[in-house]
Amino acid sequence: MAHSMATSTLSTREVARAGTDGLATLGVAALLAVAGYCALFVAPTERTMGLIQRIFYFHVPSAWTGFVAFLISFIASIAYLRVRSPKWDWLAVSSAEIGVAFMTVMLVTGPIWAKPVWGIWWTWDARLTSTFVLWALYVCYLLLRTLIDDPERRGVVSAVFNTFAAFDIPLVYFSIWFFRTQHPQPVIGDGGSLDPRMLRVLLLCWAALLGVFVLLLRQRYRVEALRHRVAELQISAAREEDER
Amino acid sequence: MAPLSQTRDQTAARVSADEAGAASAPVVVTIRRSTLLRPAVALLAKELRTEFRTRELLATTLVFVLMVLVLFSFTFDPTAAETRRFAPGLLWLALLFAGSLMLHPSFTREQANDTLAALRLAPIEPVAILAAKIAANLCFLLLAELMLLPIFAALYNLSLLPVIGRLVVVLFLGTLGLATIGTVFSAVSAQARMRELLLPLLLLPLMAPALIASAEATVGLFDDSAALSPVWTTFLAAFDVMFLTVTWLFGEYLLEE
Repeated sequence: MAHSMATSTLSTREVARAGTDGLATLGVAALLAVAGYCALFVAPTERTMGLIQRIFYFHVPSAWTGFVAFLISFIASIAYLRVRSPKWDWLAVSSAEIGVAFMTVMLVTGPIWAKPVWGIWWTWDARLTSTFVLWALYVCYLLLRTLIDDPERRGVVSAVFNTFAAFDIPLVYFSIWFFRTQHPQPVIGDGGSLDPRMLRVLLLCWAALLGVFVLLLRQRYRVEALRHRVAELQISAAREEDER
Repeated sequence: MAPLSQTRDQTAARVSADEAGAASAPVVVTIRRSTLLRPAVALLAKELRTEFRTRELLATTLVFVLMVLVLFSFTFDPTAAETRRFAPGLLWLALLFAGSLMLHPSFTREQANDTLAALRLAPIEPVAILAAKIAANLCFLLLAELMLLPIFAALYNLSLLPVIGRLVVVLFLGTLGLATIGTVFSAVSAQARMRELLLPLLLLPLMAPALIASAEATVGLFDDSAALSPVWTTFLAAFDVMFLTVTWLFGEYLLEE
């Protein structure tokens, strides 16, 4: 009886949560649709590159969202080292994993654009290389986590690696100014020549991708929390087994 | 003799002073003064002694880098005029690979008799352990590099003597970064599975900026100007300072049990 009641309260909460999630998903899907429409039809066509330039509205926001994800992961890692609440570790790994996904999108869309515009898929330009290194750093972070079994050790060690990686990124990015670069210079800010309509569409696309990021982060964090719960239940089950 | 009031902000020292009474004040002051520097020097001496008894790290590093340099010469034609352009890069890549393999024992060596636990129990700053190991690894790598340089110059037909001073500066700055990150992450990989594979995996992407800077600075020494690039030298110094600071701030977490 008690068991069935517990199940029913849990499912009510889950239904409520699924409702919020559903609404949020719908909202983000609508935003994505509007952003996609604007990127394809509203933004003016670039004069020299033509239609292929429209990949910019997907490529650049993916990169920015990836940076935001890595920044959140870095902050969560520092917080974990200070506070030692496993929740920060869950946030760090969730955000890093989604960041890697967004950076992969950026690394794939970049060459698709580069082939018709530059005539090559890839060049060892500083910005491309440094972004590739950044991506590799967080892939290594995720790999490192799979190789340590104890959750607390895993949290601490990977948080320290995350900190080192985060401090490596500015060094990697300063190198843009030291190397000659083939990548288009940032078109936003001082001396930028971006059409205001293009900028608005770009920001709209970024908002949509940030929405996707938040949705994914919520789900991924929940998976991590459930994994933790399963591990706890397994330990207590094993203990009960021992007592018997 | 220093007064007891000097230990005001040292909780641990004050507790031991309270327990032992005022008579132990000199001992307390000694502990306070030497929780970082003196243990670090003692540990460095210990690392150097351990290594120079067997010289295994030094010998394997030397042979490994030599082998890599020789193998590189099979994949390129080292007689080409471009040698001066790519040889410094090869040297740094070989050193980086060597570092990613040879720095691995710094912490696993302590595991055989669980001596790291003893070090952690000692009343010293945990950073002292890391600092000593970084300094020791810096010594080993620099020594190996100095022994390798003449052979490298002969193999790749470079004239070292006009630039040797500037080259040592670049070698020192680049190797300091390698020793810092390599030592810290040998503490990481010692705690994981597949540890032999893990250290290169963590080290290589982190070292990418330093590799670029070291290689570019060394290339600059061997071109016509033979000048020490101020940009790359500053970059290397900044890299070292940054990661030494990060190690100082966060390294001790790696030594927890």
